Amino acid sequence: MSAADPDRAPGTARGGVHKAERHDSALKHTTGEAVYIDDMAEPAGLVHAALVLSPVAHGRLAAVDLTAVRALPGVVAAVTAADIPGRNDIAPIRDNERLLADGVVEYAGQPVAAIAATSLDVARAAAKKVALEIEPLLPVLTLDEALDRRSLLYPPSVVARGDVDAAMKGAPRRLSGSFRVGGQEHFYLEGQIALVAPGEDGDLIVHSSTQHPTEVQHIVSRVLGLEFNQVTVMVRRMGGAFGGKESNASWVAAAAALLAYQSGRPVKLRLPRADDMVATGKRHAFLYRYEVGFDDDGRVLALDATMAADGGHSVDLTPGVLGRALTHVDNVYWLPHVRCTGLACKTNTVSNTAFRGFGGPQGVVVMEDAVGRIAQALGKTPEAVRAVNFYGEGTNDETPYGQKVEDNQIRRCVAQVMRDAEWERRRAEVDAFNRASPVLKRGLGLFPLKFGVSFNIPSMNQAGALVHVYSDGSIRLNHGGTEMGQGLFVKVAQIVAEVFQVDLDRIRVTPTSTGEVPNTSPTAASTGSDLNGWAAFAAANTIRQRMAAFAAIHFDVPEEVIDFRDNRVCVARPGDNRAMAFGELAKLCHAGRVSLSSTGFYKTPKIHWDPATMTGRPFFYFSYGAAVAEVAIDTLTGETRVLRADLVQDCGRSLNPAVDLGQIEGAFAQGMGWLTCEELWWDKQGRLRTAGPSTYKIPGSRDVPPIFNVRLLDDAPAREATIFRSKAIGEPPLLLATAVWTALKDAISSVVDHTMPVHLDAPATPERVLMAVRRLQEIVAAG
Amino acid sequence: MSDHIAFVLNGRPVTATGASPAMTLLDWLRGSARLTGTKEGCAEGDCGACTVVLEDATTERGGPCAPVNACLLMLGQIHGRAVRTVEGLRGADGTPHPVQRALAEGDGTQCGYCTPGIIMSMYAFAVGGEPAQPELIHDALAGNLCRCTGYRPIVEAMARVAQLPEARIAAAATVAASMPEVPAGPVFRTAAPAGQPDGARFDVPATMDALLALRRDHPDAWLLAGGTDLGLRVSHDREVPAHVVYVGRVPELQVIAATPGRLRIGAAASYARLLPQLDGALMPFGAMVRRLGSRQIRAMGTIGGNLGTASPIGDTLPVLLALGASVHLRSAANGTRAVAIDDYFVGYRRTALRADEIIEAVEIEVPARDEIFHVDKVSKRRDQDISAVLGAYRLRIDGGIVRAARLAFGGMAATPARARQAEAALVGRPWSDATVAAAAAVMEGDFQPVDDWRGSARYRQVVAGNLLRRLHVRVTRPDVALEIDRL
Repeated sequence: MSAADPDRAPGTARGGVHKAERHDSALKHTTGEAVYIDDMAEPAGLVHAALVLSPVAHGRLAAVDLTAVRALPGVVAAVTAADIPGRNDIAPIRDNERLLADGVVEYAGQPVAAIAATSLDVARAAAKKVALEIEPLLPVLTLDEALDRRSLLYPPSVVARGDVDAAMKGAPRRLSGSFRVGGQEHFYLEGQIALVAPGEDGDLIVHSSTQHPTEVQHIVSRVLGLEFNQVTVMVRRMGGAFGGKESNASWVAAAAALLAYQSGRPVKLRLPRADDMVATGKRHAFLYRYEVGFDDDGRVLALDATMAADGGHSVDLTPGVLGRALTHVDNVYWLPHVRCTGLACKTNTVSNTAFRGFGGPQGVVVMEDAVGRIAQALGKTPEAVRAVNFYGEGTNDETPYGQKVEDNQIRRCVAQVMRDAEWERRRAEVDAFNRASPVLKRGLGLFPLKFGVSFNIPSMNQAGALVHVYSDGSIRLNHGGTEMGQGLFVKVAQIVAEVFQVDLDRIRVTPTSTGEVPNTSPTAASTGSDLNGWAAFAAANTIRQRMAAFAAIHFDVPEEVIDFRDNRVCVARPGDNRAMAFGELAKLCHAGRVSLSSTGFYKTPKIHWDPATMTGRPFFYFSYGAAVAEVAIDTLTGETRVLRADLVQDCGRSLNPAVDLGQIEGAFAQGMGWLTCEELWWDKQGRLRTAGPSTYKIPGSRDVPPIFNVRLLDDAPAREATIFRSKAIGEPPLLLATAVWTALKDAISSVVDHTMPVHLDAPATPERVLMAVRRLQEIVAAG
Repeated sequence: MSDHIAFVLNGRPVTATGASPAMTLLDWLRGSARLTGTKEGCAEGDCGACTVVLEDATTERGGPCAPVNACLLMLGQIHGRAVRTVEGLRGADGTPHPVQRALAEGDGTQCGYCTPGIIMSMYAFAVGGEPAQPELIHDALAGNLCRCTGYRPIVEAMARVAQLPEARIAAAATVAASMPEVPAGPVFRTAAPAGQPDGARFDVPATMDALLALRRDHPDAWLLAGGTDLGLRVSHDREVPAHVVYVGRVPELQVIAATPGRLRIGAAASYARLLPQLDGALMPFGAMVRRLGSRQIRAMGTIGGNLGTASPIGDTLPVLLALGASVHLRSAANGTRAVAIDDYFVGYRRTALRADEIIEAVEIEVPARDEIFHVDKVSKRRDQDISAVLGAYRLRIDGGIVRAARLAFGGMAATPARARQAEAALVGRPWSDATVAAAAAVMEGDFQPVDDWRGSARYRQVVAGNLLRRLHVRVTRPDVALEIDRL
């Protein structure tokens, strides 16, 4: 008992794991006292920065004339690529991606120069005055053009198994489909921002709103030609991120650092919303073409799918996104013969990047479209077709990339959600409504989910933490994860509270800093609490064991009988009730020269991946879920509404059910936005014209289903050795919104009594819904 | 004549010395005042992170505190007003306000960046004593975007505070006690301090004569009403106007007068003040105005501003066209003239307003009981969105024959415009499926809409025709469900 047990939570103190603890900053949020980077007191001499963005999508950059701008009163620095002392390279995983355009511009909105001035208005006004001489080149603006011109960022990647061609040929039935899904703007409410302060010897302190402080450190260092130990990156909290502050935050910080380097003054760069929306990457849009072979029961025998992702102008994180899409095409379905080809298309648009789900949402939609068409072709329900294709337990349980599905919760989740949603009754209700209603139609959709958890690159699955116990028993916790609103800080603090069996309020979580925990991975891929939770557990447990050993000597008992309970350390054996307060032991340990500080480290076991063959075990485990959505559409305008959603989500043994519930609801709303109202619209010149919330519409409060039932799957401890048997929660529930897209197709097909397949691209805006309705009506009218 | 902008901030009188009157309230709060609780999320009045309340304004539901977007308000506009920010909600002993506790305790925050704005919308809602109906809660939240939570805990916290009497602090009383003295005189004038590059002159005329004289003498000055469109040029585009004339303090422009059969709306009356008047036969107009912007926008925006901007997607303009409104224009030289709305729009964002005129009022004839009057707004998102197509229709059917028809649309042409060919195809014919189909078909000749992010030209054409079909169903088949919001 001297060591804490990661599978068992005694829960004797307030605020340990599995408790619905509130976000640690909740009251500071509501009082406006939570400090974001733009709210920090500005250091003396601080100057403000603005970017000069390319107005054209593709061209040769002949000249950038900064002479006039440099002479403006208040301007202290104006820089282009030529002023970069290190490498002009912000690539997160490969190389040769530019901080400032050099020789050529690759997209409308690409940073070309940066200005620092004594006021924000002077900086922004100066940026507008910079004269750019750009000779236009022919841009590739759409996925279709990229495919036509074979414009790829790197060679195709393929996940394959079996003999697809033979299985397809031998299949009793075949059909093919093609559709597309759009990208998505993160629309974190706090825009990208960095504040960089020069220190002694050329060192830099960087406050960056980033999910990846270590990458900010690396890229700032690379751009300025510094060693990593000269750059310290810190972040207390972000005002939302969603993947948008994984690779994008690094170049924003690097631009500020370059200006700080050139001016010798502290620099703050906060992107105005429009610059943020045109200059930073988004979720990848995808175009799909697939053929599926199946039998008369709807059993899939072969799938041959091509997925073209719009990577934008540079590689960025596209290999990871496309890789995750390819490893999520199967979703919950056993595909005996399969070939999925992923094309990373290069277009002259902003470089697309991480966004919650990271290719997973774009992967799972393929089979959902296929299931709908197969059901329609066979006159079966999609639910019946899904059921015959689910992964088996002990048989038909290997994914196309070779990982076994060992912890299958698919049928449990689906059965639960069908019960919660009263599927049978409501199916009949919806059909009856549609028979009687000529204008408005309703639709129902089901979506089952399996989502792989771990970074696809095994080396990224590591984390560190640093815990100090002070001699009054108060505890300071630091780890490599970042807080973006997802509740990571409170969850990890709960773990530490559980280790010491002390109240949660004894633990202070401190800002993430490359100076405290080095060489970290981004807080991404839903792994924040899995990785950092374990690292913090390890650090705290090391201290606990030292304290226990000291207590054993103090009480003169064997170490095994020392127990930590309810803010105390006690002797746990019959007839001996000696105990002392946790703080008292801490004080004694200090006097006894026991180290009360420890790092902790964790690396995810079991995972491996061969990028050449696209096989291995990329995921430590899978997370499961299921959703039912009901929608209504207006067949005269295409307007839609989600009337109800029932969700079941596997959280393992939840670390914090309140936080997890918030993640599920928020992710679903965000996924719904991606599939319905959020539309990125570029004009013919390749300029993004939906560059603000007045034109780019994320869901509002009225858009969330008025009946919204969320259930955390009961009694489902993780099979693998996750921290306290919990599971990741950040991304999986976003995919549950796929049920809305399925329900919309159901509503549309009711116009022709479900006699025809429905083609519906996402986002399913009113326009796309109306046009889908009309296509069916025109086919009927044409006989 | 004082040249200092003075107002009440969180219950205490303050003077914004050294500040430009054309800077935004948001920049002033976050800058000089170092009150950083109020956030900038978009600087275009859409996200609501900058929401503060004007304590001396009346909400559309009659409450005492109106939420507004600090990013759109120029400092000169709040001279003599009372503003409360998120920092001004804690009690005297430092305890958080009940709305702050309710949202925090209800897990209604994640990243927290939208939260101060949501708190201020909640505060206005709670102080207004509104019932906890979902419809009203969504109305109150329509101007606040949250990207993290999915809103459910926010909506629930709103419902809880609506039922907490202690949530209603006596804001009005504290304000009245500390209101700054607004200098008397026909014009309050202020300008940025000498030497500031962002020097703007800002006039606040208090009388019609003073306004007309300023307009005559300074035809190039910005005529500012609510600032929900013009304010974007400062907030979003960072323009520095040389001279602003703010019309919001001229009493005549605030008057809304209902007489039997007619409604006269002062040009500078906010939508919030107009909304309670849009009932009875004008209910469809009111239903649309409730979807115009958000409560923040409606507390600021005015029908005169909509007419002055004359955007092809201004939401009230097709309604005024369908109703056959008359626009009252006034100048110092020639007094008032009434222009028929049909003659008012002369081109893309160009109107009959002359360089020395101001818009005084708009007057509408309330449709008679036996007339058909309806308004449809079609947009990507239900709330706080700009229309792809907005249709407004006024028809008189007599003995089954269409006797008169005015069909007006926004989003279909360079100006808000009537569908003249479709109207002609209706008038004199039976009000039947066939007539409606024929009118919808010829309507394609009425307009050449553009493709943009709100919808393709084709979509707009199809929807405009379908809206006419839907109107016919609405009128002739009351049994058919048409309201997607009521499912």
